[in-house]
Amino acid sequence: MVSNSMEMTAKEVKAVGPWKEAWRSFKKSKAALVGAAIVLFFVFLAVFGPLFVPQGINDQNLSVRLLPPSSEYWFGTDDFGRDIFSRIVHGARISLAVGFLSVILSAVVGSFLGMIAGYYGRWIDTIISRIFDIMLAFPSILLAIAIVSILGPSLQNALIAIAIINIPNFGRLIRSKVLSVKEEEYIVAARAIGMKDARILFRHVLPNSLSPVIVQGTLAIATAIIEAAALSFLGLGATAPQPEWGKMLSDARIHIMTAPWTILFPGIAIMLTVLGFNLMGDGLRDALDPKMKN
Amino acid sequence: MLHYIGKRVLHLIPVLLGMTFIVFLIIRAIPGDPAQVILGQQATAEATAALRTKLGLDNPWYIQYFDYLKGLLTGDLGESLRTRQPITTEVWPYLAATIELAFFAMLLAVIIGMNAGIISAWFQNSWFDYIAMVVALIGVSMPVFWLGLMEQWAFSINLGWFPTSGREEVRDPVAAITHFYLIDTLIHGRFDQFLVTIKHLILPGAALATIPMAIIARMTRSSMLEVMRSDFIRTARAKGQKMIVVIYKHALKNALIPILTIIGLQTGLLLGGAILTETIFSWPGIGRYIYEAIGYRDYTVIQSGILIVAFLFVMINLIVDILYTVIDKRIKYN
Repeated sequence: MVSNSMEMTAKEVKAVGPWKEAWRSFKKSKAALVGAAIVLFFVFLAVFGPLFVPQGINDQNLSVRLLPPSSEYWFGTDDFGRDIFSRIVHGARISLAVGFLSVILSAVVGSFLGMIAGYYGRWIDTIISRIFDIMLAFPSILLAIAIVSILGPSLQNALIAIAIINIPNFGRLIRSKVLSVKEEEYIVAARAIGMKDARILFRHVLPNSLSPVIVQGTLAIATAIIEAAALSFLGLGATAPQPEWGKMLSDARIHIMTAPWTILFPGIAIMLTVLGFNLMGDGLRDALDPKMKN
Repeated sequence: MLHYIGKRVLHLIPVLLGMTFIVFLIIRAIPGDPAQVILGQQATAEATAALRTKLGLDNPWYIQYFDYLKGLLTGDLGESLRTRQPITTEVWPYLAATIELAFFAMLLAVIIGMNAGIISAWFQNSWFDYIAMVVALIGVSMPVFWLGLMEQWAFSINLGWFPTSGREEVRDPVAAITHFYLIDTLIHGRFDQFLVTIKHLILPGAALATIPMAIIARMTRSSMLEVMRSDFIRTARAKGQKMIVVIYKHALKNALIPILTIIGLQTGLLLGGAILTETIFSWPGIGRYIYEAIGYRDYTVIQSGILIVAFLFVMINLIVDILYTVIDKRIKYN
């Protein structure tokens, strides 16, 4: 009887793995689900949106320039008579691509550096940690400006700059996680049986340090989208005629008095996307790594 | 305490050196011939060669870096390539404008953010709590440059309550003494201009304050909720003390450390946000100074502007760290 109930408990425990447990906890948060829905909506828009929008991104028609929102032009038209709704839908592709790619790049490089620093310690740790300290000593947008002013203004360089400025955030996070994981018995055991460092790092240390990276990654996408828009707004990112949301805002500034809708909709698009990632990130944090909350 | 401050300052030295090195790289890492890039394709070979010599680009990089450091230590930030003026003298009015704006914004963020957080925690799960936290969440997700533009449209263009841009009444300026206009107008006894200066500060200040305000409100709420569950709060209430006294006198004091951390961090980040706010509101601060320099490819100004802001950022973080030990004597640093 006792062994039977123990078997049952073991089965139940097995059935609820850590990811499933996290999913359960994530589902409980309404805010997180709203965030996930917003993110999914924009991902859908970015992937399929351009297929069904009424106009191309550069279909100019000067006879309909600066028209207010109507049934024909849902978000109005800009100073070249281009449909703002179509451009925003195309812009979703750019903003999400910059957000995802820059964060993936910084997560990969940052995690790698953080893992090496945390695992090997000593002078390697000192050098990598000092570099992180120096990078974090700059307000991030300023460091991005510095990098873009070296590389030259373009969307690709803005992406690289955003990736670089986010590296220390991931690096520090994974370093601190590795510091605690490497003292675990299974790592000591792996070392004792002669497993190579690279295998220990990628097979055991990395998978066990991954949850804070996922959380940080989701929140970092939100920041990356704002940073990319900010760089484009300052003329350091996307160039005309790319329908990047920050660039659209920058171009529309001169029409603020006569055509405020040219500013309203790109801004709402940025805000909603960022809000979605923030809500989802908060939910993931509570589900995957509640200790990060404070 | 002094020992701790000394240690922190010593730790700063490699960070400051690293910062100067990154900033030093801005001109040197430009692909191709930096002098040619700065002057443009039409520049003559003589002009390019002269600029190379002036910037020391003919020397090995370590000598260039050493010369650059030597200049910084003697307060020489170089010369603007556009105006030909020494940056050290040119930068102060811009810096003062940014400090004034950042201080005003932080004041707004702390007063509104902290009180919103306190009331939210006090009336947890009330309609105020829900609205305040939803607003805070939207505030965190708001791009500061878009908010600035919307404020301009709503409160300047439509309602006419505040000026759209600038820092003062240009038709009736007050002679600058400190370049902090709030102080200068008071020194001159011009209270009318003092109010005008405040009017100019409100829109850019509110735009810049939004994100820190939202973060401070969220942090204050969670920190207060934690403290308010403590035994000593229950005791204070059992003794019959008024709730407002319990909240502001007992609970807030104990919830202050995490709030202060966030305030410190946000003050530094505010400086980064200033570049965008200043661009929108034509605020003649260091952010706009850098932004204009980017347009003119004035690399020496970009270099020095970024270095000054980063230096301020590091100093603010140092001051916050030191303040912890003053506020909470239990914190011991090793």
